[in-house]
Amino acid sequence: MIISFSNCEYEAFSQGKALYESQCANCHNENGQGLRNLIPPLAGADYLETHKEEIACIIRYGIEGEMIVNGESYNSQMVGIPILTDVQINNIINYINQAWGNNYGLSNVKMVKEQLENCNK
Amino acid sequence: MRYLIITILLLSALFGIYYFTVDNKPAVVTSDFEEAFPILGFKDITPEGDTINHSIPDFSFINQDSLEITNETFANKAYITDFFFIHCPSICPRVKAQMLRVYEKFEDNDNLLLVSHSLDPKRDTVAALRSYADKLGVDGSKWHFLTGEKDMIYAMNSEYFIVANEDPDVAGGIDHSGRIVLVDKNRHVRAFAEGTDPDDVTQFLKDLEWFLEEEYGNAN
Ligand code: HEC
Repeated sequence: MIISFSNCEYEAFSQGKALYESQCANCHNENGQGLRNLIPPLAGADYLETHKEEIACIIRYGIEGEMIVNGESYNSQMVGIPILTDVQINNIINYINQAWGNNYGLSNVKMVKEQLENCNK
Repeated sequence: MRYLIITILLLSALFGIYYFTVDNKPAVVTSDFEEAFPILGFKDITPEGDTINHSIPDFSFINQDSLEITNETFANKAYITDFFFIHCPSICPRVKAQMLRVYEKFEDNDNLLLVSHSLDPKRDTVAALRSYADKLGVDGSKWHFLTGEKDMIYAMNSEYFIVANEDPDVAGGIDHSGRIVLVDKNRHVRAFAEGTDPDDVTQFLKDLEWFLEEEYGNAN
């Protein structure tokens, strides 16, 4: 039971990691550092912690306009990635919440589905 | 057995002839430097037998400070160039991160400039490029972000051996390669790296040091 649970979690993270690398890393970088003041970081980003209820929406529908991440102002545009399923988005969120020393808790598919039904796009 | 000996004899005779002729051909003297940084592209031979190397044709674009940028801007200088666009949803930021490494390493070397051509010049106005350069935190006299006549920009990428095409099937609508290219003071393309591959760029940075050392006597 324990083994299968941790296996499953491992699987989720590794799918999340693979998806992160193919869908996000071009911009946010493999190491989650972003790019200067053009693209905000995800590694150590307070935004991930303080805006938990937005992350799935950002991934699906994108976001633009000014935002503050770790005290720095960013004002660009991220286009949404509509091809990602709810499950894939959940896996990505779990990956970025735990990667690079982040410790922003676990998400689950139910939470993601609920959030996606209420995005203010 | 007899056949074997004959064969061996024949073979060694042939090898001797081959060795002799090859060894006696007049050697073309190329230095290590010329071998490492060949002038890239097709060569034309004139009726007189002179070689004409591929070189970057005249161009005229506008940079993020509204200045006209032409070949004259790079007189006696080498430059590194790439093609990108601000709304690029794919490899551009990755390539920019690598261009930044070049910028940072040679920031104080006046002999090397950087040039990024926008493939979406209509949206990437002077003001948009200005804001982009500011967010990247780079200096406008060292790194030019160019906009201008679209046809002229798309005519330039093949001169640098970079592929770029509008393609509605590709995310962002423009399909292009992430190469970063070195052009010397004589408008010749001398080397390139894959801007999506940090390891390749690490080697490229070392090569650039050598290049600048050789061409200008110092790399810093
Ligand atoms: C084309 C580049 C690009 C891609 C691809 C991209 N992002 Fe973004 N992302 C941005 C930009 C730019 C912003 C800031 C938008 C703004 O300024 O309003 C941003 C903001 C964010 C934010 C909120 C700010 C922060 O840093 O915490 C999160 C979370 C995020 N992106 C996650 C992702 C994830 C996960 C993926 C992959 C599924 C992804 N992004 C793919 C460019 C991108």
